[in-house]
Amino acid sequence: MSSTVSAIQRSALGFVLVLVIFGTLPLVVSSYQMSIANEILIFALLAMSIDVLAGYAGRTSLGHGALFGISTYVVIYWTSVYGGSAWVGCLLGVVVATLVAAIFAAFAVRVSGVYFLLLTLALGMIVWGVCLRWTSITGGENGIRGVGRPDLIASPTAFYYATLAVVLLMTFLIWRFVRSPFGLTLRGIRDSESRMRSLGYGTSAHMFVAFTVTGFFAGVAGALYALFNNFVSPSTVQLSQSVEGLLMAIIGGIGTLFGSFIGAAAIIMLENFVSAYTARWQMVLGVMFIVTMIFAPQGILGTLRMLLIRKR
Amino acid sequence: MSDASALVLENIVVAFGALKAVDNVSIAVRSGERHAIIGPNGAGKTTLFNAITGVTPPTAGRVVFQGQDITRRSVQGRARMGISRTFQITNLFPSLTVDENMQLAVRGNGDGKFSMFGAAELNAGQAERASAALSISRLDTRGAVIVSELSYGEQRQLEMAMALVAQPKLLLLDEPAAGLSPAERIIVAEIIRSLSHDLTMVLIEHDMELVLNLVERVTCLNNGQMLAEGTPNEIRSNQLVQDVYLGKAR
Ligand SMILES: Nc1ncnc2c1ncn2[C@@H]1O[C@H](COP(=O)(O)OP(=O)(O)O)[C@@H](O)[C@H]1O
Ligand SMILES: [Mg+2]
Repeated sequence: MSSTVSAIQRSALGFVLVLVIFGTLPLVVSSYQMSIANEILIFALLAMSIDVLAGYAGRTSLGHGALFGISTYVVIYWTSVYGGSAWVGCLLGVVVATLVAAIFAAFAVRVSGVYFLLLTLALGMIVWGVCLRWTSITGGENGIRGVGRPDLIASPTAFYYATLAVVLLMTFLIWRFVRSPFGLTLRGIRDSESRMRSLGYGTSAHMFVAFTVTGFFAGVAGALYALFNNFVSPSTVQLSQSVEGLLMAIIGGIGTLFGSFIGAAAIIMLENFVSAYTARWQMVLGVMFIVTMIFAPQGILGTLRMLLIRKR
Repeated sequence: MSDASALVLENIVVAFGALKAVDNVSIAVRSGERHAIIGPNGAGKTTLFNAITGVTPPTAGRVVFQGQDITRRSVQGRARMGISRTFQITNLFPSLTVDENMQLAVRGNGDGKFSMFGAAELNAGQAERASAALSISRLDTRGAVIVSELSYGEQRQLEMAMALVAQPKLLLLDEPAAGLSPAERIIVAEIIRSLSHDLTMVLIEHDMELVLNLVERVTCLNNGQMLAEGTPNEIRSNQLVQDVYLGKAR
């Protein structure tokens, strides 16, 4: 029981830290830095959606960037081409991303391991291809420009706090989700799918639900990104989006949830810093990934946690 | 085949390419019976379990459980009907605690497993069943331990606890004592002996002496085929069994 209590205490500490650090940032940083923090929050949510599958169900997805981007496309298309309200647009974006996630899931539940990776990669590539070629709707390579945010969240500070509120709420939901009986079934599937079946679990149904739910969270992140970025193009749904989300989860610590905030902060801050000096950002990212894998394969938070447990 | 049969296997064949791992096996297990399947390594015992549980559906033949043909039913569907098994090669959730393993086992053929925002803890009835199964399996004090840190013997006991907690109608034990020390084997035998006699049980065991005191009927397999079937005494004195099985083992 004591391990459960300390797990809850650890999570509570995670919530408090995110709230305090991100909540006070706008008071001390420049508006440029605040926009970076805003982006970190959005991508932390994407990374967490990937972490639920990778860290709990043992399935590494390279398709969640596409789900994220689909939501972004829907929001921008709805507001700027169709002229609808941004609130409805966000709702639609999340719904469409969730539905597409369900389609992805129908294929992806049949496989695991490297086949899961490749299948989700292929599904993501299809989305990217459609966004690139379906020019009449998506504007092709030119993308679509948004119409700005609704008045209520028009100012950068208001939008920042709105993002923080949404991301904290989603983090709480994800946290409850992975600690629920259903979350436990995902960890069971990761450890032994054959045992799960012989205990009476329809593991495909569980994976289907899990994938779809994580698609919902990626969709929420994508909708926030539409409001943040006010522009969408095929690069929003491309593979590197998924890869970055995954790397954030890995660098922060797979299966730690809150590690996603650390991973997102590390990658996005480094990206902004490095881009000022060189165009070889992807290479730096690759090196960073390799260094993490060698020196802290459990990720930053995972390694910290291990050190703390060892000290006791 | 009488109504009292819990499990009826009719002419089961399981072929892997040209190899018939199970070759025309027919067994009827009465309700409440304890039935052993013995035979040398590679005889097809585990493969027969896989045919009964749906892991490897039979190439030919029928599996009938409580009067229903379940030959083509899914693994999880059969589990929910009350067929529960242990694995010869330990098949647990190694990164989870003993309690979490039991939570998964308890919810497997009940409800609550799709609960997404509920508490992870079991309800009172489930918790009682889990702790009862753990204490039968002598793991009462080990609930908080991560399974990969259990001794091998304890892992074998957890195999049993997880199969028992599902309150099965048919329990399939695949060499529950495999790889255990003599002292640990006695524990496993005692656990099996303490189980309710309402439970229908099929027990695979390599060691004939261990098994013959535990069951009412025995089927001996060899090269996938049925060599003999009878009471433990009949099997002990059967010349074919002695030649093929005991002769080899001694
Ligand atoms: N999945 C499989 N594919 C091919 N051959 C298999 C498979 N499973 C078992 N066999 C073969 O079937 C035979 C019976 O194996 P098994 O049922 O495990 O024997 P036992 O449990 O009696 O020791 C062996 O020759 C084994 O190599
Ligand atoms: Mg075997």
